[in-house]
Amino acid sequence: MIPEIGLAALWLSAALAALQLIGGLLGAGEKSHPLAALVRPAALLQAGLCGLAFLCLLYSFIVTDLSVLLVANNSHSMKPMVFKIAGAWSNHEGSMLMWVTIMAVAGGAIALIERRLPERTMLATLGAQAFVGLGFYAFLLISSNPFERLNPAPPEGSGLNPLLQDVAAAYHPTTLYVGYVGLSVAFSFAVGALLTRNVTPDFARVMRPWVLGAWIFLTIGITAGSYWAYYELGWGGWWFWDPVENASLMPWLAATALLHSASVLAARDALRTWTIMLGVVAFSMSMVGTFLVRSGILTSVHAFAVDPERGSFILALLAINIGGALALFATRAGTVAEGERFSPMSREGALVVNNVMLSAILGIVLLGTLYPLLTEAFGVKVSVGPPYFDPVSAIFFFPMMAVLVIGPLLRWRKDSFARVKWPVLIAAALGLAVLIGTAVLTDIAVLALLGLGLSIAVAVSSFMPLRGRSLRRLPLAVWGMCIGHFGLAVALFGMSADSAFQQERLIASDIGDVVDIGPWQVRLDAVKPAAGPNWVAMEAEMQVAYEGGKWRDARPQDRHFWAPPQETSEVALITRWNGQLYVAMGNQVQDGRWQLRLWWKPFVTWIWYGGLLIALGGVLALVGRVVSDLRRRSAAGKLAERREEQEARA
Amino acid sequence: MKRLIALLALVLALPLAAPVLGQDTMPPAPYAYQQLEDPALEAKAQELMFTLRCLKCQSQSIADSDAPMAGDMRHQVRTRIAAGEDPEAIRAWLVSRYGDYVSYKPHLSSSTWPLFAIPVIVVLVAGFAIVRRMRARK
Amino acid sequence: MRKVRIGLWVLVGIATFLFGLFAYQLSQPKEEFVKSAMVGQEIPAFDLPAASGSRPALSSADLADGKPKLLNIFASWCVPCAAEAPQLAELERAGVPIVGVAIRDREEDVDRFLATYGNPFTRIGRDDISEVQLSLGSSGVPETFVIDGKGRITYQHIGDIRPEQVSMILEELRKAGA
Repeated sequence: MIPEIGLAALWLSAALAALQLIGGLLGAGEKSHPLAALVRPAALLQAGLCGLAFLCLLYSFIVTDLSVLLVANNSHSMKPMVFKIAGAWSNHEGSMLMWVTIMAVAGGAIALIERRLPERTMLATLGAQAFVGLGFYAFLLISSNPFERLNPAPPEGSGLNPLLQDVAAAYHPTTLYVGYVGLSVAFSFAVGALLTRNVTPDFARVMRPWVLGAWIFLTIGITAGSYWAYYELGWGGWWFWDPVENASLMPWLAATALLHSASVLAARDALRTWTIMLGVVAFSMSMVGTFLVRSGILTSVHAFAVDPERGSFILALLAINIGGALALFATRAGTVAEGERFSPMSREGALVVNNVMLSAILGIVLLGTLYPLLTEAFGVKVSVGPPYFDPVSAIFFFPMMAVLVIGPLLRWRKDSFARVKWPVLIAAALGLAVLIGTAVLTDIAVLALLGLGLSIAVAVSSFMPLRGRSLRRLPLAVWGMCIGHFGLAVALFGMSADSAFQQERLIASDIGDVVDIGPWQVRLDAVKPAAGPNWVAMEAEMQVAYEGGKWRDARPQDRHFWAPPQETSEVALITRWNGQLYVAMGNQVQDGRWQLRLWWKPFVTWIWYGGLLIALGGVLALVGRVVSDLRRRSAAGKLAERREEQEARA
Repeated sequence: MKRLIALLALVLALPLAAPVLGQDTMPPAPYAYQQLEDPALEAKAQELMFTLRCLKCQSQSIADSDAPMAGDMRHQVRTRIAAGEDPEAIRAWLVSRYGDYVSYKPHLSSSTWPLFAIPVIVVLVAGFAIVRRMRARK
Repeated sequence: MRKVRIGLWVLVGIATFLFGLFAYQLSQPKEEFVKSAMVGQEIPAFDLPAASGSRPALSSADLADGKPKLLNIFASWCVPCAAEAPQLAELERAGVPIVGVAIRDREEDVDRFLATYGNPFTRIGRDDISEVQLSLGSSGVPETFVIDGKGRITYQHIGDIRPEQVSMILEELRKAGA
């Protein structure tokens, strides 16, 4: 019964989305159209019903209702509860249901709380949201019904794949997903603003929290994914420029650019067309990413849930939504008035550089990721990897970081270099000192060298905007900006330090051997078998000591799963503030010694701390914006009340 | 203890069962998991290995892979570097065997020129966009 | 403003191009194999020890004796290699000389494999570190190369030879001068 309720709720919410679309478009076109009054209630009800459908699916997974095909294929009564729940959306149908649920809930939230924009623009926005949603409803209901029954029900489910029972595997795709879908709201706002020719600072202010929210999720998703690859693949790499990684990076780059251009539009009413375009591009990148991952047209380590037929459906949605929006945009662009002008030496000027550079990096990543696909159409196979992406993206990334040293210190509209001379010079001098010092003392690659110098300069300057201001009265959003930029510097420092100073040793070790790796001493004491619920492993009992200090345990494993048969390397990570010792165990050599792979990776953890700091900066900015919006709203409300009272008295 | 022995037997039996799975049981090539003695040469080899694609894996470099063939390729790279061969010559040797697919570092050719031309255009467009903004005010 | 519009239409063009590319690639079967770039080239020089007591060793000089041959890359641990054994036997019966290269294999395993599935080879070389495999541009087992009488590679077959592909292999051999 429960799955049928879910299915009915899904059909109803699809119908409501249709109503929302029609009402939204009519209401946007004509003042006080009768259907317009139904749009907001439809959006709210749709959110509720879609949420209900999702809860029905969750329930089926929690009780392991094996008469539901999706549950029978993806779950198992013996699974731990947390993986049963995560199992509801770590398959194609469930994840698509989650996609429309997030879209519907976001649409409902806009309908409920957003009153700052002109009503026509809001109606058009909700209509656009419903339009995008309808495509996915069609996808779900026509070709991937999550509530399909299985008769007779099997005695047991088939989904006990041990490799998917990993906490990271459960939350990492989910976080990215929320980010992808969150950008659909920015897309709808952009289309709504475009349809009603109403691109104003208010539009940017209303859109910004949604972009921020999506961006926070994307940031966390990418950071977590990178750490997961680092400890799971067993070779110490944390970014491979793999197509699927790039598919998550591209929406992030677009969202980052959008975030910055939206703040220009909000504060200064400039970059109108550009901001709209980024709104469209950011969601396009989300859909392109989903398409690339789901269709399997690119070779990737992360390839899963691949199905060309679904790929064609996503491609069709992609073409309709994005092609439509771009074409609409191209016909309307002339009618969006150009915004305010500004001097190059200003906050806006710096943000323009930021946007141009981010867009350029986005273009390069898109080009490099899709290029093999293009040549394959002509029967030529090529590979594009780190030796291409690293230097080519650096051409744009490093100048952007250099501008980041000065940008946040500048005032809006017009500023002079003389005013910010000293903080900039201090930051630049420190960065240069590190750069020159490292260049003299060591022999490392140019990119790492520039990365170290710039990360120091940006780290120093990132807190300069706090200078001379009352820390207690400073808006949270400014704190968010400082911490976010500082996080970027921290991450860049970690990347550069790791690539420049990491040390590697591959050895065959006898029991009792002591090996040096960087500042560490590593001793292999014993190799013993170990067992888990669905694996057996050879476990190395090792002792490690940093610079002759206390000995600590390290226990890497060479793990064999038996269903399905797979060999994985469970690495031992010994973390210090200044880096990580990475120990992976290999096979036994013929003379009885054991293969060990050791890395000393200085400051490598700073990459992910940096990523988390960036996300934290986003959270602070989001909270700050929302709180100040609420305060402004209640102030405006009080003002209106007082005015009414006065009028009543008069 | 008995359980432990049974477990150990199971672990040791796994490689024997391997032929069914289509995996060989031979020890890896000497330099698959062993570094060169000279750190400078090893660094050279490392740098090259990170830019060569493992042909048996999905999108991984031979420096990041446990596949036996990746090990054999690492052995090739290390022994050739140790013999004094130039890294780019080794890359060229592999490309002459497997085509451009084996190298993650695209080189300029009739099929890859857009990879280099487009960034140049992007630099020009980006530079133009920024300079125009700067001029617009003055 | 006109410039912005032109820029946008360029963007629409790029998007359309990408959609077209995606659609085209979705409709194409995915090419999983890496083809050797050595087809049409002289076979690289090599000299391998014997992989089995039953057959002599193999060197590149043995391949340029005027008669076209098949060079089969196989291993005892590879399942498709066993599956293609009847087809190799059929080719042998048709009078095709076949030489083998055993990848990462032990002598006793090769012997057992040949005893079980038949031995169509005239010579078998033993390639413990895939050196010859790499120099031929082969990326897996089994693979079969057609070599003409002068020791030039004229054709590469990736994967096991299916029964219906035997005639195609014979045709390739004929083209190579058999």
